[in-house]
Amino acid sequence: MYQAFRVNNMSNLVCYHCGNSCDDNLITKDKKTFCCNGCKTVYEIFSENDLTCYYDLDQNPGAIPEDILGKYDFLDNQNITDKLLEFNDNNKQVVSLFIPHIHCSSCIWVLENLHKLQENIVASQVNFPKKTIRITYNAAQTSLKEVVLLLSAIGYEPYISLEDYEVGKKSIDRTLLYQLAVAGFAFGNVMFLSFPEYFEVNEFWLEQYKHVFRWLMLFFSIPVVFYAAKDYFISAYKGVTSKILNIDVPIALGVVVLFVRSVTDVILDLGSGFFDSLTGLVFFLLIGKFFQQKTYSFLSFERDFKSYFPIAVTKINVDLSEENTQIYEIKKGDRLLIRNQELIPVDGILIKGNATIDYSFVTGESIAVEKKSGDKVFAGGKQLNGIIEMEVVKSVSQSYLTQLWSNDVFNKESTSKFKSLTDTISKRFTIFVLSIATIATIFWLFIDPSIALHVFTAVLIIACPCAIALAAPFTLGNLLRILGKKKFYLKNASIIEKMAKIDTVIFDKTGTLTSTQKSEICYVGKPFSEEEKHLLQNVIRISNHPLSRMLYNSFDDVNQQQLESVKEIIGKGIEATHNMLTIRVGSFSFVDADMDKNQFETAIHVRFNGEYYGKYVFKNSYRKHMEQLFQTLEHSFSLSILSGDNEGEKVFLEKKLPKKVQFLFNQKPEDKLTYIQSLQEKGNKVLMIGDGLNDAGALMQSDVGISLSENINVFSPACDAILDASNFKNIKTYLTLSKQATKIIKYSFALSLCYNIIGLYFAVTGQLEPVIAAILMPLSSITIVVFTTVMTNILGRKLKD
Amino acid sequence: MSVIYLLLALSILVAIIFFIAFIYSVKRGQYDDSYTPSVRMLFDDELVNDKKNNLKTDTNTI
Repeated sequence: MYQAFRVNNMSNLVCYHCGNSCDDNLITKDKKTFCCNGCKTVYEIFSENDLTCYYDLDQNPGAIPEDILGKYDFLDNQNITDKLLEFNDNNKQVVSLFIPHIHCSSCIWVLENLHKLQENIVASQVNFPKKTIRITYNAAQTSLKEVVLLLSAIGYEPYISLEDYEVGKKSIDRTLLYQLAVAGFAFGNVMFLSFPEYFEVNEFWLEQYKHVFRWLMLFFSIPVVFYAAKDYFISAYKGVTSKILNIDVPIALGVVVLFVRSVTDVILDLGSGFFDSLTGLVFFLLIGKFFQQKTYSFLSFERDFKSYFPIAVTKINVDLSEENTQIYEIKKGDRLLIRNQELIPVDGILIKGNATIDYSFVTGESIAVEKKSGDKVFAGGKQLNGIIEMEVVKSVSQSYLTQLWSNDVFNKESTSKFKSLTDTISKRFTIFVLSIATIATIFWLFIDPSIALHVFTAVLIIACPCAIALAAPFTLGNLLRILGKKKFYLKNASIIEKMAKIDTVIFDKTGTLTSTQKSEICYVGKPFSEEEKHLLQNVIRISNHPLSRMLYNSFDDVNQQQLESVKEIIGKGIEATHNMLTIRVGSFSFVDADMDKNQFETAIHVRFNGEYYGKYVFKNSYRKHMEQLFQTLEHSFSLSILSGDNEGEKVFLEKKLPKKVQFLFNQKPEDKLTYIQSLQEKGNKVLMIGDGLNDAGALMQSDVGISLSENINVFSPACDAILDASNFKNIKTYLTLSKQATKIIKYSFALSLCYNIIGLYFAVTGQLEPVIAAILMPLSSITIVVFTTVMTNILGRKLKD
Repeated sequence: MSVIYLLLALSILVAIIFFIAFIYSVKRGQYDDSYTPSVRMLFDDELVNDKKNNLKTDTNTI
């Protein structure tokens, strides 16, 4: 009865600070419940400083503050802090920090009220989309370290990595916004000034002042041609010199002809010119560019190991004193101290302490590995259990993991040879337009030479492919936003076109096909009696070992009890006695599991009163929809699985997955890269789906690299797209969608060609008036924008599940 | 000299002032983050409420 009540009640109790369920240790203060002392402390800090409004803005907005003892000691090092600061004049310092936990309005509020917690903080400003905070503080009274410690204490621990150390101040490129402003400003004013001429009223005042109006329009369009449209000229020039007729060639040609024709019209007093069409054209094109430029600023698609590695590490000198050293200064033979939750930055040998190392960021393996002193440890692992000491064998750049980045794939400039749909059509289009212009001119030379030049320029003006150039940006840009809402974040819009061409899909196994958060635990051995089970559960409850925690969480409900005697041998296991029953749980050697020699699997062994019972085996669990996904992909793609692990699970996978799937095991990071290269040489377009740092090379080499992530805020290697793991089953839908998107683009091309043909009729017959151009051009552009937006939204509905 | 020149000059001047204001605001970084200010502007009211409440409780305790 009591038990039932407790369970019921438990599910209702959530921590007032962080929203986690208050497990067995419930703490109350001011009639509020907390899951741990950390959360309570943060609440106390806030309530003492009149900041409890934090909890009113959003429900349970906080995070449990991590134990950071000594973690930020490296900020005492002047050389390191100097590199992190944005501004420093000894009295006032400004720093920008990335804080992954920023997620709601409460976060913004409390972080912008930091000055109430620490009077020496002058100002703090949050950039929510980027999850950064910019703090200005009085350097004479406080230091960067104190600021960082304050942030950590209230649960907003900043993420400082090696990347921050190397990259200086990033300047933001706002050129497109300026260009858009110039074009929009000129377009509006030119439209105004050219309006009277549309009606051709021979009114006295208009006749008298039309020259002023025309010269003004000319002046307005000068910055549009020479500043706002300059990128089109540069791109067209590059295209022509490398013998590719890209879409910017006809655009640049159109702009030049429009401008020259209009200027001569005005100077020679032949007409009003086409300034309205000219400025409008550039304005619409830039809007298309702007729309396509959507980026997810809180995500980074360019990360390498540097954004994951710490800046500094604790070095133990010969005289046993500790010193914070910058990572690049670590040499072979140095002794390093790695604390709980710290990252191992270099390859080395463990010399003191027992290590439990989590390699999930490197391999995707969710279960930590145990290492004894004398074992090798590799860079990229995270120490989970206590303090260890290690001796450096290789420097940072030469470590097993990091040397992957010296591969050529990471160094060559990504000048893509990819030819987009727009480029393909623009070649034919340009040739078509040029030939029509020539034929029409020759024709008119015989009929009426006086308007031959007029017709030639008119054809080039009206054929300027504004609508064609807008089709892809609006289709892809809109789809990019739709996919973003479904937690599939693309680096840029052109990835969709690349995805449409994919014929081979390659998966990484660990971390991609298996879940990094869930693992299957199964018991093999003699069944327990009720009393034995009870004791086992209580023993497991005491242990802080990561495996024990995982096992404990898998128990449904535990009847808690004090044990008579408990002895924990760190790194080995626990021995406990209760009611004449002695239990030993722990590692293979501790329990004397003679019958079981399979030391490669991760397991907790159990022994009661000297008799070996069995073991709990930990296995990665495969993602729920893996089989369905492979079945749907099977028909249209060739599939492979690349794994860094041994062949242990080959039989299992072969049974579950379609026969067509190829398996490659024992693949080193470089092997994965070369395998993809060999497929590409055969002409395949490869999609790689991976997760850890060891897939970084393969993701880079593949045509489209998707990084799968359980938590998109944490870390993912450089890639073309980041997919939230919850949407793993939708991969096939995304691929189909991208194919349909290219169809939409093709239809839009056909649509805009219709407009062009109507326009060409006026141009070829020599009847093109500025007003016709001024109507046709925006009309065709708007049609395309509406058509593509409606169509992509219809496509987006398919993703509704 | 017709009045239309004056009007034209004035209207263009006003347009240019707004154009420069826009460029200036972009340069100052006002368009870099288009989300946070929309949240921030809602805070001021709550802050005042909070202070009032605190004052009330303070007087109560005294």
